[in-house]
Amino acid sequence: MGAKSETWLWIAQRASAALLALCVLVHLLTIIYAVRHGLSGAAILERTRGNAAGLAFYSLYVLAIAVHAPIGLRTLCQEWLGWRNASLNWFMAAVAVALFAFGLRAAWAVFV
Amino acid sequence: MDMLQVSVWRGAASGGYRTYEVPRQESQSVLDVVTYIQRSIDPTLAYRFACRVGMCGACAMTVNGVARWTCRTHVTKVAKGNAIQIAPLANLPVVKDLVTDMREFFDKWARARGQFVPSATRKDDFARVASDSPGRVAANAGIECIGCGVCYASCDVVSWNSGYLGPAALNRAWTLVNDVRDRARRERLAAVAGDAGCHACHTHLDCSERCPKSIAPTAAIAGLKRAVALAAWKGEL
Repeated sequence: MGAKSETWLWIAQRASAALLALCVLVHLLTIIYAVRHGLSGAAILERTRGNAAGLAFYSLYVLAIAVHAPIGLRTLCQEWLGWRNASLNWFMAAVAVALFAFGLRAAWAVFV
Repeated sequence: MDMLQVSVWRGAASGGYRTYEVPRQESQSVLDVVTYIQRSIDPTLAYRFACRVGMCGACAMTVNGVARWTCRTHVTKVAKGNAIQIAPLANLPVVKDLVTDMREFFDKWARARGQFVPSATRKDDFARVASDSPGRVAANAGIECIGCGVCYASCDVVSWNSGYLGPAALNRAWTLVNDVRDRARRERLAAVAGDAGCHACHTHLDCSERCPKSIAPTAAIAGLKRAVALAAWKGEL
């Protein structure tokens, strides 16, 4: 991959990391709130169903993960496995699509 | 007399450690120890040095697992009891014993566009660069590198990714990126971007920790990442 593409991957990873820092914080606070208030699964679903803001937030979270994780994993594969040809990029694109699809499916499942 | 047990790498890529007994002396440097072995015990030992006072960087070796200038390393500082292990610098091919082949190291300086490309001719007046200008301050931070290879030998990323330009070459590129007299900024930023360049750095800081000149190549590499990202953003890469 050329210098320009590599640079954009780096920018995408840093930007998604910044977004993740915020999303993870909100996600953790949500978990702490749910645990401390002893919310049941049903009570949580009651809050998430039809919650468009919640769906939007978790969609953004999933998007940040789908961008961030494959880029880091790609570097790991290059350095640890010596996998450096074009097949790695296709594989990581598939990982990104899978992460996005499965994540979105989970967010959608608690929305409807 | 107190004797040092000095384990020295003998051979090239394949070889082994051989132990020598060297008299321990006051204010003895590791280079003194190697020189004693070569002159008094085994003249076939190959090693490299020149200035002996920390100016040339030629005597860099791995001492007890850490890359150092042997001329500026006191035995008392590194000896474990009476034992020292001395090996050639890591991440470089070994020519013989403690001598490494530095060609790849310096070829990478060239690949990082480490050459100054003047924007003025000899007919122009001298460039006047304010000593407190941001570019000059940034260049100053890395300009004292003498190319000893200690940072390169200490870098994990070089050991994983043989194409990686390494801390010294990237530090050199950063000093030139900040040189207002240079006109190859765009080509240089393209040369240092990507998997073989600044984006491969994991910020382990071993280079900055080990640099005998207290230069921080990690900071230079971080600067390159910012400059390259900005150039990509502006469509100049």
